[in-house]
Amino acid sequence: MTAPSTRYILICSGKGGVGKTTLTANLGIALAKQGVRTAVLDADFGLRNLDLLLGLENRIIYTAQEVLSESCRLEQALVKHKQEPNLALLPAGNPRMLEWLQPEDMKKIAALLGDQFDFVLIDAPAGVEGGFKNAMAAAREAIVVTTPEVSAVRDADRVIGLLNSEGVKPIQLVLNRVRPKMMANQEMLAVSDVTDILALPLLGLVLEDEQVIVSTNRGEPLTLNGNGSPAARAYSNVARRLLGENVPLIDPSKERQGFRATIGRLMQTKIF
Amino acid sequence: MTLRDVINKLLGLQPASANTARQRLQLVLAHDRSDLNPELLQQMRREILEVVSRYVEIDMEEGDVTLETEDRVTALVANLPIRRAKVPFPPIESAFQTKLSS
Repeated sequence: MTAPSTRYILICSGKGGVGKTTLTANLGIALAKQGVRTAVLDADFGLRNLDLLLGLENRIIYTAQEVLSESCRLEQALVKHKQEPNLALLPAGNPRMLEWLQPEDMKKIAALLGDQFDFVLIDAPAGVEGGFKNAMAAAREAIVVTTPEVSAVRDADRVIGLLNSEGVKPIQLVLNRVRPKMMANQEMLAVSDVTDILALPLLGLVLEDEQVIVSTNRGEPLTLNGNGSPAARAYSNVARRLLGENVPLIDPSKERQGFRATIGRLMQTKIF
Repeated sequence: MTLRDVINKLLGLQPASANTARQRLQLVLAHDRSDLNPELLQQMRREILEVVSRYVEIDMEEGDVTLETEDRVTALVANLPIRRAKVPFPPIESAFQTKLSS
């Protein structure tokens, strides 16, 4: 039913507030910049925010709800990004949609989007209940976003279990909000701890970056205006890796320089 | 164990919290993934020890049955130090009968 060449990627995490929507917005822009026709689908019908992070909240006329009820065409509901016309948002409908929305409905939307787009990024809601399962129905592959915190990793593990049982693959990991200094002091789970525990390949590593908050304030994803900040570079690299380019991952311990950083690295030496 | 862990141990300080986080996660995920609650695991542990001790004398103090998880595969790991084998082995029929009569 869905277009064979289109890549349908679910962006999910289980736990809320780890950066799903921020990743979706930045990845959408970064892919569009590479000339890829990209749609971002807000599947978080209860608490929609993707429109806000993309700065498109004032341009929404129709939503996925009207498309499903056939009271408008898909083209009418899609909100095209002004600066990056390769990117379009399909906004989430009214939260009351949750009462009747079924996985089949999401498949229908995905099939419609597949005709026009090379990439469809699906921003999943937090949690592992109905809303998440609906979002998962539209996806073929997934990106799991987590932070190096016990609660986020545990929830990510639950989500990975569900994705595995539904045959969604490949599943790749984006480790968000990494603090190199805390990692060096071994007061934060190491990158290898998280990838070992979750047993997923690492698609991206994003350092904690204040600029992310600034960009959400403005409704302009970091990837939109150059690659100045560390997070912007990280998101752009995720996009390039998705397109098959071999971009090396950053090493958090190399991000810091000077005497204290050297001591920090020395302290991480494995003795036995 | 890293150099920092060694120094912390020598100075009697708490281990670095990342270490604690990793260990707690590994344990909780083993339980999450297997969907076994601690009570059920305890019961299974008792029964496994009971079966094994019919054949060999095991060190109950040192014995341990735990869940371990690696690469998303959860394994039940039993570590049961054997003191000595019990001879003669109990006949299979009698074991069967005990089960029937109980």
